Amino acid sequence: MQYALLIYAKPGIVEALSPAEREELSREYFALRDEPGILGGAGLQPVTTATTVRLADGKPLVTDGPFADTKEVFGGYYLYEADNLDQATEMAARIPVLRLGGTVEVRPVLGKAS
Amino acid sequence: MLALLVGYLGDFELAEESAAEAFAVAARRWPAEGVPDQPAAWLVTTARNRAIDRLRRDRVLAAKLRLIEASMIASVEAEVNEAGEGEIPDERLELIFTCCHPALAVEAQVALTLRAVAGLGTEDIAHAFLVSAETMKRRLTRAKVKIRDAGIPFRVPSAGQLPERLAAVLAVVYLIFNQGYSAPGQAGRLAAEAIRLGRVLASLLPGQQETRGLLALMLLHDARRLARLSGPDGQDLVLLADQDRSLWDWRQIAEAREILELAAAGRGQYVIQAAIASLQAASPVDWPQVAALYAELADLTDSPVVRLNGAVAVAEAEGPAAALAIVDGLDLTGYLYWHSTRAELLRRLGQPDAARAAYGAALGLAGTEPERRFLRKRMTEC
Repeated sequence: MQYALLIYAKPGIVEALSPAEREELSREYFALRDEPGILGGAGLQPVTTATTVRLADGKPLVTDGPFADTKEVFGGYYLYEADNLDQATEMAARIPVLRLGGTVEVRPVLGKAS
Repeated sequence: MLALLVGYLGDFELAEESAAEAFAVAARRWPAEGVPDQPAAWLVTTARNRAIDRLRRDRVLAAKLRLIEASMIASVEAEVNEAGEGEIPDERLELIFTCCHPALAVEAQVALTLRAVAGLGTEDIAHAFLVSAETMKRRLTRAKVKIRDAGIPFRVPSAGQLPERLAAVLAVVYLIFNQGYSAPGQAGRLAAEAIRLGRVLASLLPGQQETRGLLALMLLHDARRLARLSGPDGQDLVLLADQDRSLWDWRQIAEAREILELAAAGRGQYVIQAAIASLQAASPVDWPQVAALYAELADLTDSPVVRLNGAVAVAEAEGPAAALAIVDGLDLTGYLYWHSTRAELLRRLGQPDAARAAYGAALGLAGTEPERRFLRKRMTEC
């Protein structure tokens, strides 16, 4: 079955790294993309670049930033094909965000159950 | 049987429902037609056929049906046939690890283990944990749906994961035991269920010292069941030293000690706790050894409550002054037994006023009437 490995980072942590450390980090993220079972994924720009859309009086209202400030921000995801949850959490445990105080949420993808 | 079906169907609810149907069919047919030669295999086959009927009816699950028909039916038949003599493969271990998977909330792990492994009814479980049957039913359903939809595997974890996952399983079993042990009424049955689970684990995982340690620990505590409560409503705690030893189940204590012997190489928390409980059942008690084991356990668990319990042994081994020094160094001022332990030590040191004050502080934290009764009685003895 397919799992989304949703990456939540503490804001500002990556920005505080040195350029060399940041480069190493992105190398690690790209290396994971080549792991067997990883079907795809994306990393996102910092939350400061985010724009929020909602309906106000039935019309789309576009505003700056995320709706609420959170301790952790969604930073990207991998799509992973695994036999079961244990395999998915093993892959999730290898995502570098964990080292930097972040978390990975493992969610089965809808409609892809065996 | 449920374990087997969950294993093959990969679906907890489907397995449960089809098992129930198979039993219903058996209840209808066996009295008239006689019990089949291999009743267990008959039940599994019937349940499997029912499950397949169910899946056939459910077109949404067409993909699942194909998968099951392609691979699993053949293997069920092969195994049921192979097993012969009505024997079916033992998959209880897989079931236990699925029920105690860390991706489930601990309450759900406990409820599922009691329902699926121990076979208790939903209402009995609800009763033991003081929630409504409806709440317990929802909790179980949510857990079963998560097992299916999140792909929680039905398997014994790999060697690398085993120690950690086994610790979670043992924690669930011990939680069940303590729930039964601390509530001798309706929930009392849970202690027996926990011991039964402990026996299953110890026989299926003979290489794991901690499963033996936990079993020995539960047997030792349970052996003192009849002696640990007294009073008008049978709810007053009797201290270990004051218990009537003729009420202890000595055969069970002997069995626990034999099991512990086999686990003596282990230095995990359950083995050590069982060793302590075993020493405390001896006469006279080897207090220096008990104190040493508590020190080891405290280092292992880094728990101030364990250090507090260890101080009681130190009081016996080295005297109350050494124990009080340990107790005063612990940051447990919100804990009833910290105050009552201090009080007892102060009393023995000949400081009745300080002892009464400490009992007073403990009284302020007591949540139940038997506890208050106990503390008031001790207070007057200062």
